[in-house]
Amino acid sequence: MNTTKKTREPLFHLVKRTDVKPWLPWVVRGVTIVVAFLFIGILTFASLEISPFEVYARIFKGAFGDSYRVMTLLRDVAILLLFALAVTPAFKMKFWNIGAEGQVLMGAFACMFCIFYLGGKVNDTLLIFISLAAALLVGSVWAVIPALFKAKWNTNETLFTLMMNYVAIQIILYAIKIWAPGGTGTLSPSPYGNLPTIAGENFWFSIIVAIVMTAVMFIYLRFTKHGYEINVVGESENTARYIGINVKKVIIRTLIFSGLICGLTGFMLVAGIDHTVSSTTAEGRGFTAILVSWLAKFNPAGMIFTSLLVVFLSRGMDEVMTMNGISNNFFSKVVIGIMFLMIIGCEFFINYKIVFRHRAKSEVVPPAPVEGAEKTCGEDTSDGEIPQATTAKEE
Amino acid sequence: MKKLITIILALALVAAVVVGMVACGSDLKDGEPVDIPALKTEEVRTYEGLTVPADFKIGMICLHDESSTYDLNFINAAKAAVKALGMSESQLIIKTGIDEKIVCYNTAKDLVNQGCKVIFADSFGHEPFMLQAAQEFPEVQFCHATGTTAHTANQPNFHNAFASIFEGRYLAGIAAGMKLNEMIKDGKITADKAVMGYVGAYPYEEVKSGYTSFYLGAKSVCPSVTMQVQFTGSWFDIALEKAAAENLISKGCVLISQHADSMGAPSACEAAGVPNVSYNGSTIEACPSTFIVSSRIDWTPYVKYIIAQTVENKPIATDFTGTLKDGSVALTAVNGGVMAEGTIDAIVEARAKLVDGSLKVFDLSKDNYITVNGQKVTSYVAYVDGGYPADPDTEIVKTTEAGVKYVAESEFRSAPSFGLGIDGITLLN
Repeated sequence: MNTTKKTREPLFHLVKRTDVKPWLPWVVRGVTIVVAFLFIGILTFASLEISPFEVYARIFKGAFGDSYRVMTLLRDVAILLLFALAVTPAFKMKFWNIGAEGQVLMGAFACMFCIFYLGGKVNDTLLIFISLAAALLVGSVWAVIPALFKAKWNTNETLFTLMMNYVAIQIILYAIKIWAPGGTGTLSPSPYGNLPTIAGENFWFSIIVAIVMTAVMFIYLRFTKHGYEINVVGESENTARYIGINVKKVIIRTLIFSGLICGLTGFMLVAGIDHTVSSTTAEGRGFTAILVSWLAKFNPAGMIFTSLLVVFLSRGMDEVMTMNGISNNFFSKVVIGIMFLMIIGCEFFINYKIVFRHRAKSEVVPPAPVEGAEKTCGEDTSDGEIPQATTAKEE
Repeated sequence: MKKLITIILALALVAAVVVGMVACGSDLKDGEPVDIPALKTEEVRTYEGLTVPADFKIGMICLHDESSTYDLNFINAAKAAVKALGMSESQLIIKTGIDEKIVCYNTAKDLVNQGCKVIFADSFGHEPFMLQAAQEFPEVQFCHATGTTAHTANQPNFHNAFASIFEGRYLAGIAAGMKLNEMIKDGKITADKAVMGYVGAYPYEEVKSGYTSFYLGAKSVCPSVTMQVQFTGSWFDIALEKAAAENLISKGCVLISQHADSMGAPSACEAAGVPNVSYNGSTIEACPSTFIVSSRIDWTPYVKYIIAQTVENKPIATDFTGTLKDGSVALTAVNGGVMAEGTIDAIVEARAKLVDGSLKVFDLSKDNYITVNGQKVTSYVAYVDGGYPADPDTEIVKTTEAGVKYVAESEFRSAPSFGLGIDGITLLN
């Protein structure tokens, strides 16, 4: 086009940060959350005409208003955390398992299956163990099927696991049709095979299980050979193969582990909380969990906070809507969506920085403003370090 | 030259529009609502002299949000009732999007913690969780629409409510039958092609009673009518409801009605130009050229009633059945341009007979009306006190003083019990 002209320097270009101080990302994330909350305040003020402080107060009240709300919040955080733990090892391995929804549903289905057919016929404690075993088995089978196909024929795991979700939903709808004909597709809660309540409430089991599983997952990923292998496979399959890791074995093993946690989650949902099953038992948390896990950089300890943030926000926004007499759920969803978009967006600025034209004027003209053109020199000091930094990141 | 052609074309278009408007210049246009003359309703009581304390609160639990016509109908009623009783908006707490599982119990408990003295849930599947909450908080009143177990639960603060909506559907069916007659008269269809389609949610009594009464209303004016029913297996699924309506239309149905809560079926009808009899509320704005009329339960009388009873510390009926008479069963305005001539008169006439009891929707004595395999029905044992897997438990056929046998729908319990498959109605799935 403009071949005769000098190459024009673009208004700004992106430079990969290479000298990130360890505390910087957390400052950026913290600032983003504050900015996001300010934004929510402005948005709610603009559309609902209530003061931003009122909005914050209501969000807080909705989530932590009284002890009952705190307990139900913690229970929901625990369940979401279990979902997130389940997807984490596979994602760390860059195996895009978006089928946690279906795997949990199948675990829940297996648990309910045992309760429905054995409830009242066998000892209740025995029934709990039978349904737990069934949930674990079915959950892991549901997860390992796509893994086997991936390992054997290199099928696309994203599509495969996604479609398995719909199969799971239809299986449950079919089962409910058989178990509760002549109704509205809801199965009444069963009195059998329920986990005991502690102090009359059903929160504790899920909370305890989530804490234990978080610790287990943290140790598994950080300190075991399996965790190391997952890491290597995730970074580079070729490297893994080169150093003698059996990639197929790792994929299958990891998905079985993922599936076991999904099965456990399904069991907790049915035996611990709902005492029934429906196609909405998982409530889309199999997908939300990906966000939770990713935001925490696949760190189980970090997921405690990210899952808390997700549940806190949705509870809080519900309260804002309810208290303003708004009986439409879209607004709170929009607000939560914007919030997470901002948080995900901030990760970009942790990895890249924008260099504007005037600042770089004296510098050498960069070749082109291509995203990921990591070798441009925006920062005068980093020239020498760049090659190293990028190779480490190379797959 | 080009310009000249453009101008001529533009003028021709304008002329066509003017001619078109003149041509359809009858007195009533599509999308113009015409009210049905109001029935003199007698509410359970007038609420003059009732003062609701400023700290009194009522909670409402809705399965979906207001994008569902079903939930919107409840939300509007609750708001109207609260306003009519002079309460402030903050005395009504509406929780939307509450699934039919433990979260319903959690929400009910949360509403109690917020100081609600009476809590009303709107979906069938909320029932076990409302009952669970009722057992925990005996001093709070728990009301549940469409449920079936209050009269056997032995829990004094747990109540069911419904309305004799089969009468409303029967009246809406008359409007459908009149429309079919008009099509037959205009030569658009022959009498044997008078096939209606019905999109239902789930194959159970509430839906069965609904489509049967709708069909009987149509049959009362158009004897040759038949109906095909397709179920979606969901209360709210826009895509499935739309697909079901389209399927029915492709199978030759010339008029559609539905008992599912999204705009799926009405909008499919509007797109295909097929008349639609709606439910829960008017869809005239979205469907100006196909909407005929809609029957609905107006929950306002009931919400007023439960507030008043709770405030005055009086018992709430265990099984409340709203009627045409108390204003719980209502019809929306009719679409002036789409309805057949004489529709309003026919509805008003039948309504008067339903109210004075001389007309029964599920009349078993009438000839060529309700038959199963060509035979008249004399007995019907239905689920009243129990449900699957038990056997149906109660004979619900009664005889009037005039000797007419009829199925006494909503007389043994508020929720519908009629689940008989009758001739003329084909289930597609």
